[in-house]
Amino acid sequence: MSTGSGAPRGRRWLLNVGIIIIVIYCLAPFYWMVVSALRRPNDQADNSFFPSPISLENFKGVFGPDVGFGRSLLNSVIVAGITTLLTLVVGTFAAYTLARLNFRFKNFVAGIIIATSMFPVISLIVPLLKLFTEIGWINSYQAMILPSLSFALPLAVWTLATFFRQMPKELEEAAMVDGLTRGQAFRKVILPLAAPGMFTTAIITFIAAWNEFAIALAMVTDREMKTATVAISQFTGITGYDSPFGTKMAAGVIVTVPLVIVVLIFQRRIIAGLTAGGVK
Amino acid sequence: MTAPALPPTQGGDATTSPQRHGRLAAWLLSPTFLVLGLIVLYPLIASLRESLYRKEEGLDENGFVVEGDNFVGVENFAQMFQGDTADRFWNAFFNTTFFTVVGVTFATVLGVAMALVMHHALRGRGFVRASILVPWAVPTAMSAVLWQWIFQADGVANELLNTQILWTTEGFQAKIAVLIADVWKTAPFVGLLTLAGLQVIPNDVYEAARVDGASGWLQFWRITLPLVRPALMVAILFRVMDVLRIFDLPYVLIGPRKQSVETLSMLAFEEAGQTRYGPAAAYATMLFVYVALAAYAFVKLLGADLIGEARVRTKEAKKRQREVVAA
Repeated sequence: MSTGSGAPRGRRWLLNVGIIIIVIYCLAPFYWMVVSALRRPNDQADNSFFPSPISLENFKGVFGPDVGFGRSLLNSVIVAGITTLLTLVVGTFAAYTLARLNFRFKNFVAGIIIATSMFPVISLIVPLLKLFTEIGWINSYQAMILPSLSFALPLAVWTLATFFRQMPKELEEAAMVDGLTRGQAFRKVILPLAAPGMFTTAIITFIAAWNEFAIALAMVTDREMKTATVAISQFTGITGYDSPFGTKMAAGVIVTVPLVIVVLIFQRRIIAGLTAGGVK
Repeated sequence: MTAPALPPTQGGDATTSPQRHGRLAAWLLSPTFLVLGLIVLYPLIASLRESLYRKEEGLDENGFVVEGDNFVGVENFAQMFQGDTADRFWNAFFNTTFFTVVGVTFATVLGVAMALVMHHALRGRGFVRASILVPWAVPTAMSAVLWQWIFQADGVANELLNTQILWTTEGFQAKIAVLIADVWKTAPFVGLLTLAGLQVIPNDVYEAARVDGASGWLQFWRITLPLVRPALMVAILFRVMDVLRIFDLPYVLIGPRKQSVETLSMLAFEEAGQTRYGPAAAYATMLFVYVALAAYAFVKLLGADLIGEARVRTKEAKKRQREVVAA
C-alpha cells in the first residue's frame, strides 16, 4: 500500500469520505427500491426515507392472480438455468483448449471468441425473429435460450479459461506421468479442481442470462412465457393507467435480492472472474 | 517459427513439451464453434442477405395484390441515409453516439476515482467491494424501472433536487435520465476492473518516485495512469461496445418510439417488430459495422489488448520451443 499508517490525517479523512460516497452512490437507488416495495400501496407517493408502517402488501400483489409473476420467475429460472448449463457443457472444452493446449491459430480463435461477445444482439434478433416466426418457435423457451448462448458462451469460455490458466500445469503433468491420458487427466484431476472456477463462471453466466431483456422481449408475446425482466417492465395497474410502482419495486426486490445475496457470498471469486478476463 | 507442427499429443506426453495439439484442439473447440456458427454466424449472414430485400406489394399478372420479398439491392441502405427515414436513422445514430461518448466518459472518470479511493482506503474495503457489485447485479431492465420510479414527476429525484422536471418525457432531460441510470450501473464496474489493474502495480515504483520527490498528482499522471492503462483500456472498450448496442435502458426508462432516446438497436428492433425485416436488417448491419469499426479502432489505434493473457502464453511457448530446437 502506498498509504502507510503515517499518512496525513487529512488524507485519511478524505479517503473515508470517499468510501462513504461510493457506498451511498451504489446502494442508494437499491435502498429506494426496497423502501418503496415495503410501503403500503396507498403510501406509494410518500417520499420519506423509511416506510411507516412497513407493509408486505406489494409483495402479495406481485403474486396475485392478475399479475402472475410466479410464472415469469419460473420462466426466467428455466431460460437462464438451461442457458448456463449448456454454456458450461460446451464451453469447458473450449476454455481448457485455450488455456492449456498449444495450437497454431490460438490468437485467432481467442480473438473470434472475444469478438462474438461484442456482437450486437439486435443483429441476431432480426433474422432469428423472422426464422422463428416461420418455424413456429415464437413463445417457446428455445427461442430465448439459443440466442442467449451468443453472449453467454463467449463470456463463459473466457472466464473459465482464466481459471484454468491459474491452475498449475504440474497437476496434469504429474497425472500423465502416472499413466493417465490427457482426457483422463482432464476428467479426474482438472475438472474436480476447477469446480470452484466453474461454479463462479456459472454464477456470472446465470446473472448475464437472467438479466437478458431484448431477446425475451422479441421472441415472446404470450404472457405465460414472459421472463421476469420483461414482465416487470410491462406491469400495468388494475385500471391500466396508474403505474403500480409499488408492485414493480416489490417484483424488483424479488428478482434482485437473491442475486445480490449470492454475489455478496461469493464476491471475492466473482471479482476474480470478472476482472481476470476483463470481460463483463 | 522453425519447428513444424507436430502430431497431436498421445497420452502420457508431458504438457511442457513444445508440441502442438492441433487436432485435439480442433476437436475440443468444435462444439463451441458449431454453436457460435449457428447462432452468430448464420444470423449475421442471414441479416446481410435480408438487408438487401424489402417486403413489397405488387400486382401479379392476373391483377391480384401479392406481397413478397423483393430484391432491392442497396435500396434499404440508400433509404436509410437519404430517404424518408433518413432523419430517424441519423437521430438514432446521433443518440447512440451521444450515449456512448458521454456515458463512457463519465463512467470512466467516476470509475477511476472509485478505484483510487478503494485502492488507498484503509478501512471498509470489504464493504465497498460488496456494495460495488450491487449495481452490476441489478438487471438493466429492472434498473430502468427503478430509475423511472425515481424520476417520476412527484418522485424522489425532483424532491431532492427541488425541481419539477418531467424526466421521462421527450426532451433533453430524457437523455440525461438515461445517462444517469447508465453511469450508475456501469461506473462501479469500470472501478472494479481498474482496481484490479491498480493492485498489480508494484509498490516500489511509488517509493522510488517519492524518493525522487514526485508529488501525488505527478505520481498519478506519470505512474498510475500509464501502468493502469492496459486494464483501463479493456474496461473502456467493453463499455463502448456495450453502450453502442444500448437497448434495455432507454426502451424501458423512456419508452419505444421516443425521438430523444431512440438508439440504433431500438430502431432495428422497432422495424423488425413491424415485420419490416429488410430495413431492420439494414439498421442492424449498420450497427454491426459501427461496433466493429469501434472495436478495430480500439485494438489497432489505442492498443487495447484483449487477449493479452492468451498471447503471453503463446509467446512463452514459442520461446521454449525455440530453445528446445536450438538445443
